[in-house]
Amino acid sequence: MIDFGFHITPSGTLNLDDVDQKTVDTLSRADYGFRTCIACGSCTASCPAGVFSETSVRQAILSVLNGKDEKALRLLSSCMLCGKCLMVCPRGINTRHLILSLQKQFEG
Amino acid sequence: MAKNIIVIGGGPAGLEASARLDALGYTVFLVERDNHLGGHLALWDRLFPSGDPAEPVLRGLVSKTGSTKILLESEVQTLNRLGKSFRISLSSGVSVIADAVLLTTGFDLFDASKKEEYGYGIYDHVVTNADIESYFRTGKDPRIDNPERIGIVHCVGSRDEKAGCRNCSKVCCATAVKQACELKAKFPKAKVYCFYMDLRMFGRGYEDLYLKAQKEYGVRFIRGRVSEVSEKIDKTLQVKAEDTLSSTPLKVSLDLLVLMAGMRPSKSGSKVAKMIRLDTGEDGYLSVADGFTGMQATTIPGLFVAGAATGPKTLPETLAEARAASALIHDYLKG
Ligand code: SF4
Ligand code: SF4
Ligand code: SF4
Repeated sequence: MIDFGFHITPSGTLNLDDVDQKTVDTLSRADYGFRTCIACGSCTASCPAGVFSETSVRQAILSVLNGKDEKALRLLSSCMLCGKCLMVCPRGINTRHLILSLQKQFEG
Repeated sequence: MAKNIIVIGGGPAGLEASARLDALGYTVFLVERDNHLGGHLALWDRLFPSGDPAEPVLRGLVSKTGSTKILLESEVQTLNRLGKSFRISLSSGVSVIADAVLLTTGFDLFDASKKEEYGYGIYDHVVTNADIESYFRTGKDPRIDNPERIGIVHCVGSRDEKAGCRNCSKVCCATAVKQACELKAKFPKAKVYCFYMDLRMFGRGYEDLYLKAQKEYGVRFIRGRVSEVSEKIDKTLQVKAEDTLSSTPLKVSLDLLVLMAGMRPSKSGSKVAKMIRLDTGEDGYLSVADGFTGMQATTIPGLFVAGAATGPKTLPETLAEARAASALIHDYLKG
């Protein structure tokens, strides 16, 4: 391609039309937490891994809903499955199960 | 002789208060400008949080009014004080002298076409919460045509200085979540999105409704106010908002958009208040004697208020206020 000395940044807009709803539904069936999360952030706040790396169950769930599966996995790649998030989740989501379900879906 | 009481507004508050006052032995005149009783309740299909039908509730309220003199299609022409009593004249030619007046003038639904950016009345598939209720009652609405992607916009005409309304309308979050479930039940293939700023599910059983919407109906809640809506050539809608939880601008195509029109002070209620020189607040709702202990009283002796005339209320709150007002009127008249 000819280099014009500038480049166009791809649109940062999230287009929900592009989200593969089937994947979201499959995951939601594996763990209802993908649906019932109320985005309170307690999980992220209590996560020991989050202190050193970008780890967040809340953001991972949101990323799945927004069709950003890779981001979701990245946000949990440092997770040690310690279960602190499970202890604090006000919706009673089994976050460890949710994390494992996500990893199983995409990483087998 | 039995004392006369005029109740202005034949919605739930007016009906409940008339029933109570009639049972206490007063002669009650219930004035309604419309040709039917029940106000907005008469136009509603089901009630949150239980999803119970509205019709039996209204029927029950009407059936208890006893010997109340119900004056339909009667607009208040004049209302003034005559010593300790009140004199009212109606568009029907009737005039009544009464010992106490209760204002149960309720609210108006925000006119959603005023939020032009949402395209109500302009685009083919934009409806309001009231339209959805009427659709469920009649099964007919050409704008609702087997939608597969449905968006619900919270706070339409509420919490919006541009729409001239700073306050929250209180009932529309629960209504939105209720209608989200109902629409999903009606159109099982549909994906339903709720665009909210804060989700105000404050009452008993409301949070359960929210959980049900998420868990059973898979409703997606997106935190962000819809900023604009446009119609595409195929008549589907493109909606823009920010997903503020991920700080990302977002767009989505929809087949149906439902606007949660909020509560506005009743125009005809304000007119009546003006006749009797009852103040309204900056927000347009009728002023009460005291915001904590005098919610049913006004600064005018013998003039009482109940229901959404003094601010957004749920149906149970409205009915409770009507009962409280009846007790207060009874105290006043026997005193
Ligand atoms: S289980 Fe994982 S995500 Fe949850 S608190 Fe522990 S490290 Fe963090
Ligand atoms: S603690 Fe639970 S409800 Fe709160 S954000 Fe995390 S997963 Fe969601
Ligand atoms: S109840 Fe909900 S939708 Fe209605 S105005 Fe308040 S926050 Fe907005």
